[in-house]
Amino acid sequence: MTHEGKVWRYGDNIDTDVIIPARYLNSFDPKDLAAHCMEDSDEHQDAPFATNVVEGDIMVGGKNFGCGSSREHAPVAIKAAGVPVVIAADFARIFYRNGINIGLPLLEIGEDVKKISHGDKLKVDPSTGVIENLTTGETFHAQPLPGFVQEIAKAGGLINYIKEKK
Amino acid sequence: MGMNMTEKILAQHAGLESVVPGQLITCKLDMVLANDVTAPPAIKEFDKIGRPVFDNTKIALVPDHFTPNKDIKAAGLAKTVRDFAKENKIKNYFEVGRVGIEHVILPEKGIVAPGMCIIGADSHTCTYGAVNAFSTGVGSTDLGVAMATGEAWFKVPKTIKVELIGKKPKNICGKDVILTLIGKIGVDGALYKSLEFAGEGVAELTMTDRLTIANMAIEAGGKNGIFPYDKVAEEYVKGRVDYDFTPVEADPDAQYEKVITINLSELTPVVAFPHLPENTHPVSEIGEIKIDQVIIGSCTNGRFEDLEQAAEVFKGHKVHPDVRCIIIPGSQKVYMDAIHAGYVDIFVEAGCAVSTPTCGPCLGAHMGIMTAGEKAVSTTNRNFRGRMGHVDSEVYLAGPYVAAASAILGRIAVPEEVE
Repeated sequence: MTHEGKVWRYGDNIDTDVIIPARYLNSFDPKDLAAHCMEDSDEHQDAPFATNVVEGDIMVGGKNFGCGSSREHAPVAIKAAGVPVVIAADFARIFYRNGINIGLPLLEIGEDVKKISHGDKLKVDPSTGVIENLTTGETFHAQPLPGFVQEIAKAGGLINYIKEKK
Repeated sequence: MGMNMTEKILAQHAGLESVVPGQLITCKLDMVLANDVTAPPAIKEFDKIGRPVFDNTKIALVPDHFTPNKDIKAAGLAKTVRDFAKENKIKNYFEVGRVGIEHVILPEKGIVAPGMCIIGADSHTCTYGAVNAFSTGVGSTDLGVAMATGEAWFKVPKTIKVELIGKKPKNICGKDVILTLIGKIGVDGALYKSLEFAGEGVAELTMTDRLTIANMAIEAGGKNGIFPYDKVAEEYVKGRVDYDFTPVEADPDAQYEKVITINLSELTPVVAFPHLPENTHPVSEIGEIKIDQVIIGSCTNGRFEDLEQAAEVFKGHKVHPDVRCIIIPGSQKVYMDAIHAGYVDIFVEAGCAVSTPTCGPCLGAHMGIMTAGEKAVSTTNRNFRGRMGHVDSEVYLAGPYVAAASAILGRIAVPEEVE
């Protein structure tokens, strides 16, 4: 399945406190979390993410995206905000696991991420890792998921995968 | 080919002779942990699987983040955890009044042991590497699945060896070691990797130092941090751990991606500037930075020895009139021991607020939230934007010596500057 959407571009080391501040962790309702997603980011303050994101928009970060707390609330908030896929130079380890486990595709493209700007339009196929920047005409390739991690992603997350295995 | 400590524990728990970096494996787990923030979503995922808990003695549920309940929604989360613990007869559940910060009480009570394979739905689960365990943070879905299956998947990490040499000077603590290391390699310097601490300098570190260091492996992006099982570790686990356990040591021909050497004798007290733990600066070089708040506590520095260091500095001194100093013992035992040692008297006489154990202000939950423009020196682990409250407040990370001296002088300082 491919996704076409507009880019919300963020910098390096976007931490999970920025993605969803701890003051909102007294709920784990995806809608509540989405309403405060990226609230503490100092980027795009003129048109904040939570109130301006459109279903299908794609989030793009720099290196070490999702560092910090293990809160699964962070990828849940991004997914519930309507973002179907996140692209970054690389992801922090726990965030990466959580993304796969909840069925939010995450694609790592290293330095190529610098060729994607805020507002660009992308066409992304998470199953092949092919990313087309429709604004610039460039194409990037993300590393495919290894081994059974691919199976978890295909099943739509870890719970489905475990249930299918049973 | 030889294996390092992390590889040995992972191989053992995967039922394999050996493992190599990059290999995908499934491991049997010895302990799985969650708190009041991460357990409720984990329980929701667990319920979808429709199986009983795999072993009610190998699950630890520690409501420490928003407790004592900070608001009505938090009380709801705590109740979800409490009801689940009761229903499933979870052995290691701790109620307010008995609870402490998860990563303080699990080692303290001997719930985690050398050679174990542990996951926790909290990023600082890497703390238990101090007692020679493999232990790493995961999210709630992983935890929910682990509560049902007793297993988790891992990619065997590459390992960075941190060779510690030299003697540790007075007034240098574990926090200075780890902040110096993160300052060197960056917040993604160990991304997806294991940090294995080794060398003659390990013997210079107390168990408290090691717990602080392993705790912050995640702040370098690390999957885990692990220490060898030596006399200090043996002494610590004796009388606490009542499992049979098998410590691991690295083979002489173990493989490492690289080796980083830290000479303990060259360390000076450091502080990490906002908004990343890698922004490490020697306190001697920072000039005057006035502060509004000091926090001493957390899973990083909330142990008895941390309070002892703070008490040494506070003795006979007062908190600066412009500063609010909040001290949070990491467990009921730490609190009680601090009372018996006379430290709580010293803190209260100095004008500090002493709180019941909680994660509280570390993650900006409660018990010391800052407004715009305020600055704190904190012995916690993260200084991300907005971590302790308003997005325009600032957190400077330091060890207990620097935190206490800063509380007295109203600016970031070292104990030598007090009087």
